[in-house]
Amino acid sequence: MIKSIKLFLSLFAIVGFLAACSSNPEVEPTPTPVPTPVPTPTPEVVEDPLEGVSSVFYFEFDSAILTSEARSALSVHAEVLKDEPRSIRLEGHADERGSREYNMALGERRANAARDYLVLQGVDSSLIETISYGEEQPAAFGSYESAWSQNRRVELK
Amino acid sequence: MSVRVLANSWLVANKGMMKKINPAGLISKLLIILTLACYSLSSQAELAIEITQGVQNPTPIAIVPFGGMLGKEAEEIASIVSADLQRSGLFRPIPRADMLSLPSKEQDISYRDWRIIGVNFLVIGELTRAPAEAGAGFELTYELYDVITQRKVFRKITRGGGNAIRDIAHVVSDEVYEAITGIRGAFSTKILYIEDLKRGAKRYRLVKADADGARAQILFASSEPLLSPTWSNDLQYVAYVSFETSRPAIFVQNIVTGSRQQVTNYRGLNGAPAFSPDDSKLAIVLSKDGAPNIYILDIVSRRLTQVTRGSSIDTEPNWTSDGKGIIFTSNRGGSPQIYQVTLASGRIERLTFEGDYNARPRVSPDGKSLVMVHREDGIFHIAWQDIKSGDMRILTETWLDESPSIAPNGAMLLYATQHNNKGVLAAVSMDAGVKFRLPSKQGDVREPAWSPFINQE
Repeated sequence: MIKSIKLFLSLFAIVGFLAACSSNPEVEPTPTPVPTPVPTPTPEVVEDPLEGVSSVFYFEFDSAILTSEARSALSVHAEVLKDEPRSIRLEGHADERGSREYNMALGERRANAARDYLVLQGVDSSLIETISYGEEQPAAFGSYESAWSQNRRVELK
Repeated sequence: MSVRVLANSWLVANKGMMKKINPAGLISKLLIILTLACYSLSSQAELAIEITQGVQNPTPIAIVPFGGMLGKEAEEIASIVSADLQRSGLFRPIPRADMLSLPSKEQDISYRDWRIIGVNFLVIGELTRAPAEAGAGFELTYELYDVITQRKVFRKITRGGGNAIRDIAHVVSDEVYEAITGIRGAFSTKILYIEDLKRGAKRYRLVKADADGARAQILFASSEPLLSPTWSNDLQYVAYVSFETSRPAIFVQNIVTGSRQQVTNYRGLNGAPAFSPDDSKLAIVLSKDGAPNIYILDIVSRRLTQVTRGSSIDTEPNWTSDGKGIIFTSNRGGSPQIYQVTLASGRIERLTFEGDYNARPRVSPDGKSLVMVHREDGIFHIAWQDIKSGDMRILTETWLDESPSIAPNGAMLLYATQHNNKGVLAAVSMDAGVKFRLPSKQGDVREPAWSPFINQE
């Protein structure tokens, strides 16, 4: 499952939002309009703090360095995980180029980089499991850069 | 049934030329490579692609359908021998239709019949039911003649059980090949590979087959990835990595009984197994302490010895033929390169210096050269390197090439590449003169592992 990283809310906005809304995570359906013009408090719009935040983080070729986009998204995940701790699995992957066992190592490097960043943000390391699939489980098929760039990734599950 | 389909699908492709890496001429060489690559891609696999540069003349040889009362089997053996010799790239078997006579005994040979059609060597023989005391099966008496000198090179007998037609044929191919080239034949050897059906349960398969792809047999199938298959030197065991426990683990499987044993269960990577020359140990990769490092696992005692240290990626160990060293991939210098560690001293030496990506080394049987995955201008090829001089040359014109595995006679290597958007196996001779391809019937085929000789000399 790949979510695009189109929407970036600032970390502080998210944290603020979380504080305001975490007690009521369900989105209420909009109530039917009341005909009377009596002013009522507008119902709070509750949003998932991870709405629009990718749980897939992408990398350059033969690199395990987190991009600034990956760090932004991981920061949001870190805050959510600190608020509501759960066990997660970070699955590292590589594109098809180069040798398979080297790519296994590269996938692990990538998963470890994501783990280390989360831990640095205060997430309990015992909640994080990492695994590398190397190039064995591509997200996109095809032997061109647009497929390769989708396959050099870490998935947070 | 599928066995025969697979056997026929090995295609003789092209004769290429050898390319030496020379910094001054890289661009023009790349252009040649790209041109050849485009040419190969546009040609259909069924066609033999002839590239006119560096072509050697294969030796014309006639494999006469063997005499005796077993026409069908005799014909089948002769055609398997012809296919074997042709695939080696060193021989050009003559079609039966071109043969002016079909002798099966020495006194029936008319050398003139063979000189006229330009044949240099002649193989004849007789196939009979094996004598009762030898068990049910076949006995083939076969003879090799040198047409130019008009002399008999050898007369040999081979026997096999009722379903040993292919074994008998490969023995003939081995003996003929060795008598003429001086190099031991590897037609009787086996290969392993991974097949990925890409859908369904048990989509990943570890397959064993004859060196020509025939008699494919599934050794293990799984819904989770399988990788890095490798042979023990006594051919009794295979080792590989399986994700069946939801994490990578190394398994050793007896290929005769089918029994399997998980030999590692460490946190992190458990990968790249390689049997030591005496089969008592496995070189493996573990990242239990953080970074991927090379370890040696004693198979019986399970004692673990750490070989490499440090925070860089060390992986893909391959034993030197004397068992005193291990060649491996490491990115300790910034990019993946090939290194050698001497086990007694722990001394590590870098072996590759050409290019910014050299990985997955395999040492040749004579210990003098290695092959590897090499990136040049963004394209991944298989390259060969003389260990002493450091001279490197690129062997393949395909791209996305990986997993080279050298035949036990050192004449050819198998590797994985892509063709028509599928993973396929391909072969190239160590001098880059001979190339052929094994297209997959279903899914992707990858990670070939060529077996050692069945009877070590």
